[in-house]
Amino acid sequence: MTVNAIQTRRTDPYSPPAEHLELQGDEPVAFLDWRDGRKAWAITKHADVRTMLSDVRFSSDRSYPDHPAHGGYVPGAHKGAIIAIDPPEHSAIRSRVMNEFTVKKISLMRPRIEEIVAEALDAMLDGKSEAELVKELSLPVPAMAIAELLGVPYEDHEFFEHNTAIFADSSHTDPSQRVEAIGKLRDYISKLVDARMDARGNDILSRQLDAGLDAEEAVGLGFLLLIAGHETTANMISLSIMTLLDKPDLLQQLRDDPSLIPGAVEELLRYFTIAEVGGLRLATTDLEIGGKRIHAGDAVYGLTNTANRDPEVFPDPHTIDFKRGARNHMAFGFGPHQCLGQNLARLELVVVLEQVIQRVPTLRLLDPISAIAFKEWGPNYGISELRVAW
Amino acid sequence: MSAHIVAKRETCIGAGQCVFADPDAFDQDDDGWVVVLQADPASPDAIARAKEAVNVCPSRSISVLTRPEPGAGTGEAG
Ligand code: HEM
Ligand code: SF4
Repeated sequence: MTVNAIQTRRTDPYSPPAEHLELQGDEPVAFLDWRDGRKAWAITKHADVRTMLSDVRFSSDRSYPDHPAHGGYVPGAHKGAIIAIDPPEHSAIRSRVMNEFTVKKISLMRPRIEEIVAEALDAMLDGKSEAELVKELSLPVPAMAIAELLGVPYEDHEFFEHNTAIFADSSHTDPSQRVEAIGKLRDYISKLVDARMDARGNDILSRQLDAGLDAEEAVGLGFLLLIAGHETTANMISLSIMTLLDKPDLLQQLRDDPSLIPGAVEELLRYFTIAEVGGLRLATTDLEIGGKRIHAGDAVYGLTNTANRDPEVFPDPHTIDFKRGARNHMAFGFGPHQCLGQNLARLELVVVLEQVIQRVPTLRLLDPISAIAFKEWGPNYGISELRVAW
Repeated sequence: MSAHIVAKRETCIGAGQCVFADPDAFDQDDDGWVVVLQADPASPDAIARAKEAVNVCPSRSISVLTRPEPGAGTGEAG
């Protein structure tokens, strides 16, 4: 097989596209057809992707009209969205907010995250014997975690959860509904920021306003946390639970020794690398990677999902090994844009697995893997619906 | 072999990966910047953990300079 196009569809939940694995062996830096008549550089070796994502001459700046992340990905149009700008501006803004996401600060959120997960599970289990897990667990948990960060008051939780769920569901809701939900959420965050302008609270928005953000930047930050931290985490919750229910020996390992859960979360992050789309950059100058000459204006795609199966870095890469102990995967990206919310995402995933394993020992999938609705076309990989019973 | 850890605050993005890799050597201050708690790891184990922090740091802000004991040749940066 000669690979001549980047595969934008993922068909096997447990594997990167076969074409990309082949590229990694044969042509680790390749200029291929991509989408909308455009070509892009596909980079598939771990070391090359790290080099690329560390080099800011590969730009994240969405103000370039032909930035490859335009079209179906995170809208970068709003002011101060760090995911869509380059250093030094990026560093200046990120350094003001990174104190909210330190290892210590996030670990202090554990009791609240435990409560959020327990409440979602209470509601899911209440008087029933089956449920659609995405709607009842995967989406509400990160929605409430972000509500907590933003200081969304209790009476607005239902509104917030409802609209974030519509927004996150790219496969089922019709586009006009999504657009409407996005509008409502933006307006809502705007109102939240207005309220904080008058009276500060104990939340990120208040502290960032104190630190000098203007109202528009604060809205942008709130919205970015929502876009970047909701659907991604939900997808990982669904895929992780699916995997454990599909592979009972893995589940048993965690039952026998719950201290393996953080390692399991790390390994599942590597294994699914759901936000591969975060590896898109625009070359701003001519430069060389892996012996190939890349030209200014070229689209460059660091295929992190395949790079996370690089046998030179991860021995026996296609095996799920909860004791692998590898944190050098790129599920959260690499370089200056590496995920700001990664420690929160890890915490949510750990607490969900802890509680699901402990509270619902009879949980099982209602459908075979082949009948599950995956988000094959992205932009993030995940599951649209996961029917479970107990 | 002796080793010395250097961390650059200017490029640190506060991801905290170093804190996980080697909590004896690294911490984050209240603003999120990397802080070196123990700049001179002594045992081979401690040096290996510090090198793991180098490996996982997304912004390449950490280096471990190792050098053989005095009189045993030239240094190597890692
Ligand atoms: C499992 C869940 C998650 C995954 C897989 C994930 C993945 C990623 C990836 C790959 C990037 C890098 C994008 C790029 O280089 O352009 C990123 C950036 C980011 N993520 Fe996450 N993320 C997750 C959860 C979260 C959460 C919970 C939050 C916050 C509440 C969050 C906030 C952000 C932000 C603000 C950025 C931009 C950072 C920057 O540009 O400096 N993410 N994420
Ligand atoms: S791993 Fe690197 S970027 Fe992250 S806190 Fe440590 S020094 Fe900073």
